[in-house]
Amino acid sequence: MQIIRRSESYDVCVVGSGAGGGMAAKVLTEAGARVVLLEAGGPWDSAKDSKMATWAYESPRRGAGTPTKPFGEFDGCVGGWDLPGEPFTNAPGTTFDWFRARALGGRTNHWGRISLRFGPDDFKRKSLDGLGDDWAISYDDLHPYFDKLDRLVGIFGSKEGLPNEPDGIFQPPPKPRCYELLIKEAADRLKITCIPSRMSILTRPLNGRPACHYCGQCGRGCATHSNFSSTSVLIPPALATGKLRIITNAMAREVTTGSDGLATGVSYVNTIDRREYQVRARIVVLAASACESARLLLNSKSARFPDGLANSSGTVGKYLTDTTGVSVSGFIPKLADSVPHNEDGIGGMHLYMPWWLDNKKLDFPRGYHIEIGGGRHAPTFGVMGGIQRLNGVGGYGKKLKDDYRRFYASTVNFSGRGEMIPNDNCYCEIDPRVVDAYGIPVLRFHFTFADHEIKQAKHMQETFREIIHEMGGTPTSAMPSREQLYGLANGGRIIHEVGCARMGADPKTSVVNGDCQAHDVKNLFVADGGPFVTNADKNVTWTILALSMRTSERIADKRKRGDL
Amino acid sequence: MVWTPAEAQQAHEHAEKSRAAAAKTGAPFKPKFFTAHEYATVNVLVDLIIPRDDRSGSATDAGVPPFMDFMMIDDPNRQTAMRGGLAYIDHECNARFEKTFVACADAQRRALLDDIAFTDDPPPGLSHAVAFFNSFRDLTASGFWTTKMGIADLQYTGNVFVDEWKGCPSAALNKLGVKYSS
Repeated sequence: MQIIRRSESYDVCVVGSGAGGGMAAKVLTEAGARVVLLEAGGPWDSAKDSKMATWAYESPRRGAGTPTKPFGEFDGCVGGWDLPGEPFTNAPGTTFDWFRARALGGRTNHWGRISLRFGPDDFKRKSLDGLGDDWAISYDDLHPYFDKLDRLVGIFGSKEGLPNEPDGIFQPPPKPRCYELLIKEAADRLKITCIPSRMSILTRPLNGRPACHYCGQCGRGCATHSNFSSTSVLIPPALATGKLRIITNAMAREVTTGSDGLATGVSYVNTIDRREYQVRARIVVLAASACESARLLLNSKSARFPDGLANSSGTVGKYLTDTTGVSVSGFIPKLADSVPHNEDGIGGMHLYMPWWLDNKKLDFPRGYHIEIGGGRHAPTFGVMGGIQRLNGVGGYGKKLKDDYRRFYASTVNFSGRGEMIPNDNCYCEIDPRVVDAYGIPVLRFHFTFADHEIKQAKHMQETFREIIHEMGGTPTSAMPSREQLYGLANGGRIIHEVGCARMGADPKTSVVNGDCQAHDVKNLFVADGGPFVTNADKNVTWTILALSMRTSERIADKRKRGDL
Repeated sequence: MVWTPAEAQQAHEHAEKSRAAAAKTGAPFKPKFFTAHEYATVNVLVDLIIPRDDRSGSATDAGVPPFMDFMMIDDPNRQTAMRGGLAYIDHECNARFEKTFVACADAQRRALLDDIAFTDDPPPGLSHAVAFFNSFRDLTASGFWTTKMGIADLQYTGNVFVDEWKGCPSAALNKLGVKYSS
């Protein structure tokens, strides 16, 4: 079938509508550009589509997961690790699990809202410990954008003045839940820093959005827009300019280029009618997610760019990292027979533990933060599974029924989220044989953790077990072995994958410059996690947002000056 | 065979209607996955796991068997372990009592459960039955505690709009011996 060339031409084509793409659409339309936004998934509006306040019994599967809702059927994000018609492959010996979102707003519809700024050290790690590389920009370059972001989106937290954990412009944090106070007491005794979490959930009204109503269901997408998602905060003002055209169900397959080597637009497959379309644009901004943007560049081959677009360095797809993840749950006898009360709170933790140690005294570089959980959650599928790990025996009958009542909300869990250092064995490339259902060649992953990450995972295990014991409790799982990588989650499972189009001053070793502009193609930019040089122990979204805001303002400035 | 969203909703309504009709006339729910014999076994097992007491009804009162039938088709990965596990229970009962589990007397059923429902020191040779029972008990718990009846029993009071988050009440704080710093 023939390619359908859309007649209209745009100033900017943005690929992807999540954190990076939503921010680019907002900043660029407000600066006067006419923007076309391509989203591979369908429309999503949390005011209409959110399953907020739905009880488990309203659905026959009681909230259990499905292939495109692996976090449970009420989750706000359509997507998953195994998408029908969209395979990827792993090189022999590799296990990388690649999560893709397929809906307007992408992963921001369900993300954890944990909104941590990368700190000054995170941009110059090589200078500090010799590992990995430095960014082409510093914290000072992003600082004003973090501040603007805090004011635009809203974030709660507390001023702490901790090293490398920059404070923001915070709304007041919510009071901790009672089990969180118990965790904090144990952390204090162990000299582990435990402070209010920093989440982009409103505790005060902001910019026409009401404050949180504390239903604890942020992950389902907030029908009142009281937390951050691209669709709640970024897309609406972009649409209000009248300059944004959104095309959903548009699976980008190639960035088109002209004889001058500049990008001319994007070719995509409509996932409904399966036909190929092309949009023309003077500037192309990729924000499809780190690996998806790399795939698009690698698939954009031409006589002039035989190894893919913006890939003269050969580093597109390289330096792929994910956050390290280890989780341990503990049964805390003191929490049994809990006093009935509503402790839903915000959708997530009210307290957390930022990295608190000095690497000079440790056998691994870099650090991790600890996310905590527990409490009287709304019962959904999986509730109180594994009761034998709490009451010691399992059992059946009246005694078991009473045990369920006693031990409801008697566990806490700790999840370590740490920094992985890029290594040469972790990258993605185009699989030479496999295409997806739209005829687009798919990614093949290579992924191997180094000793650094494995030692860090061991430290996480030991720390979480120590906290559980300090609380008078018992871990509900045995300590995993070195062969089990100490319970380290597979690459991709924490869904913080970045890299693959890293920034740098040297075009021989990086894909984009400090403005996230491709060295090889001056009207091509990357606004997702692709340009990240490090993957700090801070969830990446807040820094993706600030970086995309800066990149988009740079694009607007360059347009004004006539540089593009 | 997996439900489409429309089929899932239909199945849900079918189960709800059947339960309502059964309450009136005694007409039974017709399972889509379980055979009649398997379904009879499921009905007996779930009530042995979660019986009626003075605080709430039993697993069958809460509609756990139709929920299980739905989940078997919703997640086909569960089917073999469920079908095989129920068959294994029958093999064990046949070996001990020359009867299927359903045909056993209550004391015989309990004798079996006393061996397979407790994970602290199960008799040797029963590891498959113990593994099945752990998983079956978990599915029973999901089916029971997610109903209105189960949620009320647990005294879960959330899933409501809260104007102002004030933290936890003093009774909950006192129970744990914690307090808010001023």
